[in-house]
Amino acid sequence: MRRDVFQAIADPTRRTILGMIASKAMTPNDIAENFKSSRQAVSKHIKILTECQLLEQEQQGREIFYHFNPKKMKEVDKWLDPFRKNWESRFSKLDKVLAQIKNK
Amino acid sequence: MENKNQAQIVKDLPNKKITITRNFNGPVDQVWKAWTDSKLLDLWWGPEPWRAETKSFEFKEGGHWLYAMVGPNGDRHWAKVIYKKIDANKSLQSSDVFSDENGNVDNEMPKTDWFIRFEAIATGTRVTVELSAAKQSDLEKLLEMGFEEGFNMGLSQLDRVLAGQVKK
Repeated sequence: MRRDVFQAIADPTRRTILGMIASKAMTPNDIAENFKSSRQAVSKHIKILTECQLLEQEQQGREIFYHFNPKKMKEVDKWLDPFRKNWESRFSKLDKVLAQIKNK
Repeated sequence: MENKNQAQIVKDLPNKKITITRNFNGPVDQVWKAWTDSKLLDLWWGPEPWRAETKSFEFKEGGHWLYAMVGPNGDRHWAKVIYKKIDANKSLQSSDVFSDENGNVDNEMPKTDWFIRFEAIATGTRVTVELSAAKQSDLEKLLEMGFEEGFNMGLSQLDRVLAGQVKK
């Protein structure tokens, strides 16, 4: 089966998991608590994300924490688009401000 | 009015540097004013859906700009720009940090140095923003933060596209 970034984000539950993990490391229990689906179903998504190398495991005592792996995302330059978009958004606002200054 | 000015972004991760270049249709003094007047900065510094809100502003070498990025739900993320070198209408050097609302620096968050140059070109002004970090991890964190915001935004757009396809 395909195991890449695009496979990883093809499913809405996996997209939500990625969105959560991107801001902080979580245990499998932390993740499962956010979903109505069974723990097994969530575990399966975590497994796929790990196989796609978007999640990394870290053992801390008895707990396993999942981390987001930004390096994997960075392989696809596309994923830096948001940084570009933020700047484009900012600059198009600046264009408007400059047009206003000019008209005064 | 059509605007074909596109931002160029060059990443130089091994040297911990990102350079953003963009042309503007306006003379240098106006573009300079837009970057150095907090009332004007508030109008454009926040990328959608954020807006910037100035708390304090002292534009001089050693002075700083303390502002919040205000999200659509009213959530505030504070940041501080410390002006290091000001060469009017030519260049601006600053340190950008994250802080609390009183300007206390958050050392856990990435810290970047900014070198912004303004130059006159035939159609107006070219601005070059050079962003650099002392630590590789700081630059990566900064990119990830942009990633995270944009990622969630992009996903909700993707959801709408998918929903549209289902209806057809």
